This record gives sequence, structure tokens and C-alpha cells, in this order.
Amino acid sequence: MTKSIAEINEKIAKGQAVVVTAEEVIDLVRKKGTAKAAKEVDVVTTGTFGPMCSSGAYFNLGHSQPRIKAGGGQVYLNDVPAYTGIAAVDIFLGATALPDDDPRNRSHPGEFKYGGGHVIEELVAGNDVRLVVNAHGTDCYPRRKIETWINLQSMNEAVLFNIRNAYQNYNVAVNLGDRTLYTYMGVLKPRLGNANYSTSGQLSPLFNDPYYKTIGVGTRIFLGGGVGYVAWHGTQHNPGALRTDKGVPRRGGGTLAVIGDLKQMSPRWLVGTSFLGYGATLTVGIGVPIPILSEEILEYAAVTDEEIIAPVIDYFEAYPQRSPEVLGEVTYAQLKSGSIKIKRKQVPTASLSSYSRAVEIATTLKGWIKKGEFRLTEPVAPLPGVESGIIIKPMQERPLEKEG
Amino acid sequence: MTVAKTVARKVVLRFPHRLVDKPIIYRLVKDYDLQFNILKASVTPEEEGLLILELSGSKKSYDDAVRYLTGVGVELQPLVKDVFRNEERCTHCGACVTICPVDAFVVNPKTRVVDFHETKCIACALCINACPVRAMEVRL
Ligand code: SF4
Ligand code: SF4
Repeated sequence: MTKSIAEINEKIAKGQAVVVTAEEVIDLVRKKGTAKAAKEVDVVTTGTFGPMCSSGAYFNLGHSQPRIKAGGGQVYLNDVPAYTGIAAVDIFLGATALPDDDPRNRSHPGEFKYGGGHVIEELVAGNDVRLVVNAHGTDCYPRRKIETWINLQSMNEAVLFNIRNAYQNYNVAVNLGDRTLYTYMGVLKPRLGNANYSTSGQLSPLFNDPYYKTIGVGTRIFLGGGVGYVAWHGTQHNPGALRTDKGVPRRGGGTLAVIGDLKQMSPRWLVGTSFLGYGATLTVGIGVPIPILSEEILEYAAVTDEEIIAPVIDYFEAYPQRSPEVLGEVTYAQLKSGSIKIKRKQVPTASLSSYSRAVEIATTLKGWIKKGEFRLTEPVAPLPGVESGIIIKPMQERPLEKEG
Repeated sequence: MTVAKTVARKVVLRFPHRLVDKPIIYRLVKDYDLQFNILKASVTPEEEGLLILELSGSKKSYDDAVRYLTGVGVELQPLVKDVFRNEERCTHCGACVTICPVDAFVVNPKTRVVDFHETKCIACALCINACPVRAMEVRL
């Protein structure tokens, strides 16, 4: 059995496409078997909703009168600095940016109440945001200072552009030390007090297409409550990660760079986030549709939490020191049971990524497709796969002082 | 004759592991002449200890006792009045589940929705900053 994306789109146009979520497909395959289910199902929808630090947005602010050149100067949105090293009124705001006067970790653990992710959430909510520009002034752009309110509607472009999202798999973080740790994986209690994980497992986009056979550059997706696209593979994309017999990465694995018009997104799916003692970030909602082009693709999409394995890593010593030590491996089914066993201790688990909201994303995307509002796209280029030989590199430091 | 000002405060004490078996409460009574009421205690052998007390005594001995406690490495936090969840803001991630000392957050095994049992909450405030989207708030 094989189908093409064009055939699936025809069925979507007629309102006849059979669409199920990555959770529903599991039962369907159990009941009907892969062959029959593959014939029936056209699209499987996935979802994930978790903190994703490599997120941000670029904006074109429009030209003031007289003109100002923010490029090379300073721009603040609600006191959060944006990147200006581009043309006159184009700026990029990163999710982890912090106000210059944020106390950070001076009194540890810092709260990181407000950062770039929170500004993005406010803009998407339609709120006015305080814009401050300091510039050097030129003959063609004479102004040196602007202070004004702006909002999303007043800007020309407002584009969410996240250079690494939707990590295929992720560490389970624990703490073997004797003090509480404040990390990007949440608060980790001493002596294996808890274990935090952060993917939606069987619902997560890249777990359902482990070899990137359908997801590629140009794939249309659910992004932040609106429509977006896969722009590229994400940074640290690591297709060469250790995999199970069924191809599921047992370590970090692949990532996606995604892009979309911020003006049609919603604050329900882009939420400013604060990690105590670590920093500010953005919780992002992403859903990717997987066209069931063959039995093989359905088999991948029917992956269950029992078949997905994550490494347990100590964030007291191993992670910060970049030591390769893995304390053990656990399945997502075990993680979701509420506790896992590490070093003969029963350790309670908690998730940083919302499974119930991932279900909501997959269900929303399913609804869009069923109603014919959302068509699938043919990728214009594949993501680098295992055959690319790509393996992420650590930094090699070289002394700046040359001898002799 | 002046009457010493007395206070009664509810506080959360967090002990690092090394202090768990030290007679700290005994010293509060003996050296600082405070009275105490244990509202909640949880000390597991491998983790830090957590104690929620109502301490009462003269204002001066209370202040001295606080200085003594923080000096030996006990983290002390006043118990807030009332903690509630901003339902609009909660993403049901579950990060709070292992933070709460009284298991006020429970993940529904089927829907994975995180239920907040307000009646169990002792308002220790540990979840306020541990919640990544800051959905837990103190009612003033
Ligand atoms: S940590 Fe915050 S957002 Fe997550 S479930 Fe708990 S209250 Fe809700
Ligand atoms: S304040 Fe938060 S952590 Fe403390 S008991 Fe209440 S719900 Fe639990």
C-alpha cells in the first residue's frame, strides 16, 4: 500500500480524509493490524508543548519620522534587549533575553520573572509593549532616541523563528548531589529527590517519524496556535544518535527549526516561562501532521511510550562537566507511572512538557485537517538523516596566545 | 513594667541533610524559650528535612531564634496565607508534582491533567517559583 501527499490532499479537500492523533493510532493499529490501519488512515497528528529556549521572533518596526537606525544601536521591548545587528528597523528578540537590570543569580536562585519569552507572549496577546531605541544618528537616519508604545498590529512583519525546537528525545534530569539544583530542567532535589523529563513521548512529532521520512523543509505545521513551517533542521540536529531496533533515538536525536507569522498565533500556545535560578524562556506548542504514505510510516507513527527510551543524567556532576555518564535508561511508560528506579532508589518523576496540552494540539490539528482548513505540504528538501553522518560536535578550545 | 511583645508565626523550615539528626528544635525550646506546634514534618533519610511549625514566644527570642536557624544553615520561610492556581495560566506540565511536600498536585493517569487539591495545600509556597509559567499565586 502506498499513497501520495497529493492523493491525501484530495481527500482532505473533499472532507474525506481519515485523521487520527498519534495517541489514537496506537489503539487502531492494535485492533486492526498495521496493513488494514495503513489503508484506512491518511494522516496522524502529533503534538508537543514544552519550554524551548532556542525560540525567538524577528520584527520590522516601521520607519519613524524622522528616521532612526536601530541597526548597530540598542533596542528594548519592555526593557528586554533585542538584537539589532541587522538593517535599520529590523530586530530579533530571543526568548531567553533578560532586562539589563534583572538581578539574575546575584541572589541565588534568581527568579527570572520576565524575559524575551514573556515579551513574545504579551505581543501575541495583543498588548502594547514599550519600545526604546538608542541610535548613533546618521545623515540619512538622524534620530538618536525613540520611546513609544508598539504592538503586533503596528509592525510590518512579526515572525516567530525558532532555531531549535521539538527535540526528538531528551534527558531525564536527576541530582546526585547534596544540595538543591536550579536548572533548565526545573528544580532538582538533592540525593535523587526527583527526576524531571521533558517530551510528550508517543505524541511528540519526531518520535513518530524517527528517520524524518515525511517531515522535511517546508512541512506545514501547527505552530504557536497558528500555522507555521519547518524552515530547516534545528541546531544540534543529531540524526546519528543511538537508536533502538525500531529506530527510535535513545538520546537527543533530531531537532527542527520552525517559522511562522506571529500575528496569527495565540498566547495560549506561546507562554513566557521562568526557570528558577536558570533564566527566562518560552513554552511553545508545535504539532506536525504525518502523512501515512506507507505501512512502514504508519508503523513508526504507532510508537508507544513503552518503546521510547530516555537516558537518566546527573545534573550535579555529569551534565555540567559534560561527562558522558548515563545513570540508566527508562521508558516513557515508566516515567509516566510516577516514579522510576535509579541506583536502587524509587525516584518520583515530573514532566516539564504538558502531555494534556500536547493532546490538545494533536486534536486541534486533526480538526483543521478534517475540516479542510489545513492541507499537507510536500517537503522541498529532506532533513539530514542517519546517512548524512552528522554527529554533534563538542567545543574544542584552543589557547588564543600563540607560542613563539 | 513593660510586657514583652509576643509573636506567633507559622514558618517553613528546610534542613539540609547534614542537620536532619541535630537537636535543633530542642534548642529552640531550651535556648530561645519558644513554644512550637508541628503542623507538618517530613524527613526522609536521603533527602532534606522539611518542617512546618508554629513558633510562639517573645518577639526578641523569635528574632534571635531565626538568626540562629539561618546561621546553622536552615532555610526559613514564613508560611503564606493562601495559595491558589491561576487556572488560565497553568499548562498542566506537572513540574510542581514532586515539589509539593503534601502531594497537593495529582496527575490524572488517563488525561495527564494536573489536579490541584486546594484543601491539602498548607501554603508553604514552595511551588510559587518552581512553577515554570508561574501559575501558582499567593492570595493576599
Ligand atoms: S508547574 Fe505550574 S503550570 Fe505546571 S502543572 Fe504545576 S501549576 Fe500547572
Ligand atoms: S504552597 Fe504549593 S507546594 Fe506548598 S503545599 Fe501548597 S500546593 Fe504544595
